[in-house]
Amino acid sequence: MQFDSLSAFIDMGGYGFYVWLSYGVATALLLILILSSITGHKKVIKNIAQRKQREDKLRQVRNQRQKQDKQLKSKLSEEVTE
Amino acid sequence: MWKWLHPYANPEVSYHFAGKLLPWLSALAVLFLSIGLVWALAFAPADYQQGDSFRIFYIHVPAASLSMGIYFGMAITAFTSLVWQFKLADASAAAMAPVGATFTAIALITGAAWGKPMWGTWWIWDARLTSELILLFLYLGVIALQSAFEDKNLAGKAAGILTLVGVINLPIIKYSVEWWNTLHQGSTVSKLGKPSMSVDMLWPFLFCFLGFILLVSVIICIRFRSEILARNSIRPWVRTLVSAHLTQEKTNAV
Repeated sequence: MQFDSLSAFIDMGGYGFYVWLSYGVATALLLILILSSITGHKKVIKNIAQRKQREDKLRQVRNQRQKQDKQLKSKLSEEVTE
Repeated sequence: MWKWLHPYANPEVSYHFAGKLLPWLSALAVLFLSIGLVWALAFAPADYQQGDSFRIFYIHVPAASLSMGIYFGMAITAFTSLVWQFKLADASAAAMAPVGATFTAIALITGAAWGKPMWGTWWIWDARLTSELILLFLYLGVIALQSAFEDKNLAGKAAGILTLVGVINLPIIKYSVEWWNTLHQGSTVSKLGKPSMSVDMLWPFLFCFLGFILLVSVIICIRFRSEILARNSIRPWVRTLVSAHLTQEKTNAV
């Protein structure tokens, strides 16, 4: 240990402000980068999931319409033959 | 001989490989950084000229060399992407750029905070400092180009060209302290074979340096995985992976 007391450690031989400024800024920037990378990853997954849900819904609606169209057509053709 | 590398050109394989590396790299990064930083702050001796302000060295130098190292890595991926149209290379370049920009900013800010007590000024338009500032602008330009186009291939190409043009800045930064008269001191660590540093300063430095390298790999792995997902969002494997994630989240919420 190079320092006798906590206050000496914080004072850093008179350079405390500059040393702690450096370590503080570096820690803050790195934390921001790490957190934004993790939230960014979650966001990408969420976006893809949302798009998938939307597409699934569209597909369902399309299938239903096709079914209804087919039923209508068959009904019509039955009426015509009658 | 190099055929074992081929599977890693597949985005799915790369995604899972990076995912497997992540916990190991994170654990090692925490280990080395905590040992290195405590050593640097509390146990390493003060410099005989610079006193305790020398402790800034243990972040400043790793950050500065990583800012250049990451740029070099990005240039290699840009080259492979432009020449061989290798799509994963674009993804990794996009993962590296923000990390490199952050380390450049850290190098500049810690440099300023070291310069004030040692040279009496926060900033000076000196060759080393100016070329490092240009490196920051290059990173920001690359990031801007990567997000400027809807088409990711086009964006990767534009950003890749800027990256390759900017490589000229790397030797300028590296040799600026030799080519010009600058306030910035010459290198102390990278003199091959005989670093002009005492051993009790060199060891904590090596721990910090390795710790920062590991941290960079961790962040690049995370971002690389996001880039792969975003670029392959219509592939079936991404779809199944995403729905598996969602069901897991739902069960966790319940």
